[in-house]
Amino acid sequence: MTDSRSETVSVVERTYAVAAAGAVIATHFLGHTAVFVLGEETMVFAEPKGEPRRVAVHDGAILATAADEKRVVSSGDDGKLAATNAKGEIRTLATDEKHRWIDHVALGRGSAVAWSAGKTAFVQGKEQRELEVLSTVGGLAFLPKGFRLAVAHYNGATLWFPNATGAAAEKLEWKGSHLGATVSPDGRFLVTSMQEPMLHGWRLADGKHMRMSGYATRVTSLAWTADGDWLATSGATQLILWPFQGKDGPMGKEPRLLAPSDHRVTTVAAHPGQGIVATGFDHGMILLIRVADGAEILARKPAAAPVTALGWSPDGQSLAFGTEDGDAGIIDLS
Amino acid sequence: MSELSSAGKIPVTVLTGYLGAGKTTLLNRILSEPHGKRYAVIVNEFGEIGIDNDLVVGADEEVFEMNNGCICCTVRGDLVRILDGLMRRKGKFDAIIVETTGLADPAPVAQTFFIDENVGRRTKLDAVVTVADAKWLKDRLKDAPEAKNQIAFADVILINKTDLVSAEELSDVEARIRSINPYAKLHKTERAKIALDQVLDRKAFDLDRILDIEPDFLAGDGHDHDHDHHHEHGHEHHHGHGGLKHYHDEDMKSVSLKSEKPLDPDKFFPWVQNLVQIEGPNILRCKGILSFKNDDERFVFQGVHMILDGDHQQPWRKDEQRLSRAVFIGRNLPEETIRRGFESCIA
Repeated sequence: MTDSRSETVSVVERTYAVAAAGAVIATHFLGHTAVFVLGEETMVFAEPKGEPRRVAVHDGAILATAADEKRVVSSGDDGKLAATNAKGEIRTLATDEKHRWIDHVALGRGSAVAWSAGKTAFVQGKEQRELEVLSTVGGLAFLPKGFRLAVAHYNGATLWFPNATGAAAEKLEWKGSHLGATVSPDGRFLVTSMQEPMLHGWRLADGKHMRMSGYATRVTSLAWTADGDWLATSGATQLILWPFQGKDGPMGKEPRLLAPSDHRVTTVAAHPGQGIVATGFDHGMILLIRVADGAEILARKPAAAPVTALGWSPDGQSLAFGTEDGDAGIIDLS
Repeated sequence: MSELSSAGKIPVTVLTGYLGAGKTTLLNRILSEPHGKRYAVIVNEFGEIGIDNDLVVGADEEVFEMNNGCICCTVRGDLVRILDGLMRRKGKFDAIIVETTGLADPAPVAQTFFIDENVGRRTKLDAVVTVADAKWLKDRLKDAPEAKNQIAFADVILINKTDLVSAEELSDVEARIRSINPYAKLHKTERAKIALDQVLDRKAFDLDRILDIEPDFLAGDGHDHDHDHHHEHGHEHHHGHGGLKHYHDEDMKSVSLKSEKPLDPDKFFPWVQNLVQIEGPNILRCKGILSFKNDDERFVFQGVHMILDGDHQQPWRKDEQRLSRAVFIGRNLPEETIRRGFESCIA
């Protein structure tokens, strides 16, 4: 097995290249339209046929995005929170009154949106609410049930019911800086990525701790497989999957380690239906990896820059990717 | 020890100095002079900067302990976040300047560049520049540990507001600075007036630039310097130099080491790792150029508290004496133990 995977089954020739002309920080699909979010100002809307369209959404850096089937919600250093639909129509959802950077965005059920600026987390459901935490917010994630938000920060995370006025937010403590948050699809576990190269988890029923370590670098990309059984992660020279099938999650279990490489995994995206994880490496390679047996398909050959964005279409037939040096494309798997 | 290549990285200059020393004056000077460079600036107080610049970002100075049981292992959480955001606009500026508050410890700022891979991959720490108040520094060194840290940590020190003190007072404050940090480049300024190439693009943390480790003395103070005798083991290494009074700071000092015999890397690395494990909280900075046995390339290293960074550098020249040198700057350092430890690394 070599790092270029030259012997591996390949779908490289099914790639439709998109000229992003800028570092890509995220990709999403709105129906059949792939949206490439650039680090600065612009989103590029592309379909496998036709010219890509460029839409200027922010006046400055784009810091975070999240998407549902109708819109890409984005935040920027211009203090703006915007929703952009497949036609490229932009609606401003909020403007930070102090013009602070809006660092994080999360979407919940219905049309709920959460974002954060500095130490304040905001939620827009029927009304807008805010919660101040002790340090700058490191990550946001809605719980799948109820109207509840997990807010990661220094020394732990806070679980907040925005509509329960008067109820104290629940604190989950663990020393260190928590920089990202994700909740398992069944709502039983909260996992944060830390400043240290490790993840921390809590079983929400009883607050039991889970430490997931062994990474080479800080984990910046996390994805739950469609069945919710596995949490796929970046940060090592292989794809690391933590088992969440049992009631104890990964406690006392070893992670599954797939696709060993000389290069680090930078980005992961789980297929919406099957047990497959699209895995991007720091030398530009993308592999489609089957969780069950580790079978690999080469989706992009090694190039120069790290893969920084991966996103599946809702039907799982297309994979959009982007890199730090502005290469982007849509891989047709139908 | 990690390998850090500096090519293509955006340089970051850290401006420190106690309250009222003149940091903002220096910053405004950097931003307003016609140098054709564009700077992104991370500040703590908006509104103090008189220049209209959309690349001015407010910071919160959030110092986060790393969850690894080491209390000196800290990062500036706000910098991790802000540098990541700024790098999305990397075509818009040539360099970044971080202004800290007067009470800030420079170490977490510096450590952020070594600890956070995301930050270290795209930006590099250029230098820590400390502005000191010629009139008040002497008092602050007595009552403000932050002020002493900032002097000890600095690569470049501006003794500012020299117009407000007499020649004797200026010489006195210089001597006090030298007793803490004899290695920083020292400049005397009024209203922070200085050629910008003396504070920017210094490459003080660049391993390739660690060419020599010698105390710095102000040019033009009327003395010929013969540095060598000040470095012999067992001598006071800056005794009476340049006509300066000789001060010993009560707790902060530098320990300078030297060996004409080559070192054994199998002895040196365990020793230095162990030293920073034990004394890391007290060691602010360290730096060294080493000659290892059977090795024609010089090895250079530097460190901040417990973090060490090192690599092989250029070969020794044929006409050059292969002299190993190292310096540790810190608080309450056990000088004799360090000296004996270093000497035990001789091959």
